[in-house]
Amino acid sequence: MENTLQIGAYSFGDTQLNPDGSARSTAEAIKNLFDAIVHADKAGLDYFGIGEHHTISMPASSPGAIIAAAAAATTQIKLGSAASIIGTDDPVRVFQQFATADAISGGGRIEITAGRGSSVETFPLFGYELGDYDELYAQKLDLLLTLNASATENVTWSGTARPSIPQLDVVPRPVQGSLPIWIATGGSAPSSARAGRLGLPLAYAIIGGQPHRFAPLANLYRQSAKQAGHTGDNIKVSVATFGLVAPTKKEAVERMYPGWVNLNVEMGRLRGWPAPQRGSYLAQVDAPNAYFIGDPDDVAERIVDLHRHLGHMRHFLQGDHGGLPQEHLLESITLLATEVKPRVKRLLAAK
Amino acid sequence: MSSQSAMSSQSARTSQHATTIGILGAGRVGTALARQALKAGYQVRIATRQPAAENALLVDIVTPGAVAVAVQSSQAAASDLVVLAIPLHKYRTLNPGELAGRIVIDAMNYWAPVDGVFDDFESDPRTSSEVVEEFLQGARVVKSLNHIGYHELEEDDKPAGMPTRRALALAGDDAQAKAVVESFIDRLGYDAVDAGFLAAGRSFEPATEIFTGSHTANQLRALIQKARPLAAAA
Ligand SMILES: NC(=O)c1ccc[n+]([C@@H]2O[C@H](COP(=O)([O-])OP(=O)(O)OC[C@H]3O[C@@H](n4cnc5c(N)ncnc54)[C@H](OP(=O)(O)O)[C@@H]3O)[C@@H](O)[C@H]2O)c1
Repeated sequence: MENTLQIGAYSFGDTQLNPDGSARSTAEAIKNLFDAIVHADKAGLDYFGIGEHHTISMPASSPGAIIAAAAAATTQIKLGSAASIIGTDDPVRVFQQFATADAISGGGRIEITAGRGSSVETFPLFGYELGDYDELYAQKLDLLLTLNASATENVTWSGTARPSIPQLDVVPRPVQGSLPIWIATGGSAPSSARAGRLGLPLAYAIIGGQPHRFAPLANLYRQSAKQAGHTGDNIKVSVATFGLVAPTKKEAVERMYPGWVNLNVEMGRLRGWPAPQRGSYLAQVDAPNAYFIGDPDDVAERIVDLHRHLGHMRHFLQGDHGGLPQEHLLESITLLATEVKPRVKRLLAAK
Repeated sequence: MSSQSAMSSQSARTSQHATTIGILGAGRVGTALARQALKAGYQVRIATRQPAAENALLVDIVTPGAVAVAVQSSQAAASDLVVLAIPLHKYRTLNPGELAGRIVIDAMNYWAPVDGVFDDFESDPRTSSEVVEEFLQGARVVKSLNHIGYHELEEDDKPAGMPTRRALALAGDDAQAKAVVESFIDRLGYDAVDAGFLAAGRSFEPATEIFTGSHTANQLRALIQKARPLAAAA
């Protein structure tokens, strides 16, 4: 188990809303996201993740492009996808984009997280069959890992999900030889075991329920890794949750609520959910529940408490959805870096 | 083990109580259900398409007390009650032969906005469970456990008799099979409400009020009643 904890943020892009509720431009959302990453770097945040989403409300479709831009504009923060929907993308292009960003960053700050994605919008968009979901994911992950592990530019790979690669050059190589590649999962036991057997770091996205209930899964992951002979630095767990930090808990809860309603109304329209209830929001905002929304003390204590169960080495929050005003996102990032992070460090040291 | 399971199958048929639960699928639903069933005192067997040895560690850690079995060995299928907790689009990977005559709870959902569009269900006006039942030929299919979130299954349970106890709907064409499932649901910590024939399961498929909410038995009965003319017209 790790006893340091990196603190971070993640975003899928968050399109701002006009006073009448209509959406502002998706371009503005991308610029806001870029600004937030630069701000996070200056404030001292450890990590920023950019998730691949393809909707008007969440338009961060191209994590590689944002990360390359951010790599040039930042100096210390680690940048990664959260996640790259690898099954419907070309792993060669994903690897090249992230290796390019790595070169721009100076090396060692760029990571890839490979995931299946929680929705299936990339399948029609890129012309894939949903029935091939498992096979696409397995083969493309294999290719991504092959590229990353290659000792030289020259790569050979064969499969059916994509044309084979017969001794072709894939450039550039990462500065330090390879990039950290994580597996993302929403917390199924078979995925946890699989990541362990592969010896890859595991990123849990916990969007509901009680996060400490992931403890057996994290244990399964570590035991599976051990059984397969994988030990060392690559065996580690990160956790992504909803969350927002404000000077007071009351402000944090009020700031996140309108966006939460908007998100749930939109998802509800798509998925047939009923109108979101304030009660179900409030039921999630306190320990031991899923939303890490509060003042720095509250959020820091809950992160450290979860660490007791999961032993994760990184915890990162998403608070910007449904049109969270940009200044609230920026303030949350500032507080995460300058107030939550030192508290977490202190609390961990005191354990 | 085999004579014991033969006996318990016997008793299931006569006494309406199951003692062994076979779960196909070790994902979120399969493992949550396994823990809840273990808590209620059932013997639980879990199978996925992976070899039993590969699932042994998973079962030990995530559902301690359950047994990992090979799906090919039919041991999970040879339980008093079998629960289908696999992604619906994989239903054709199930083995109809081993499930024939078995009481099978179909916990699977066709939820296109989340899982994508599948022609087998999109182009068929019937409920997904009727399509599954037809494929399984001879299995005694009961649709249930599909309208509760996997983590709620372990958080919302309450002792029988509590007025706020959450209820779960079931639908099926085989009355005896439904009686066994009702007693299972009750022991898991929920009131069971019979919605009628398997086709009536439409009232608690995705995007219905029942699917997206949490209800007591009385509320659930009212919602099923409300959905009835609609189901009849469809
Ligand atoms: N998530 C919920 O809250 C919820 C609630 C109610 C109902 N449901 C429904 O329950 C089902 C399962 O959902 P989930 O979230 O648990 O899925 P999941 O986490 O993806 O797990 C699916 C499991 O099924 C296994 N599997 C696939 N084909 C199989 C076969 N032929 N025989 C045995 N095992 C097989 C998979 O393992 P291998 O691929 O390794 O075999 C995996 O263990 C879905 O139909 C879903 O609609 C979900």
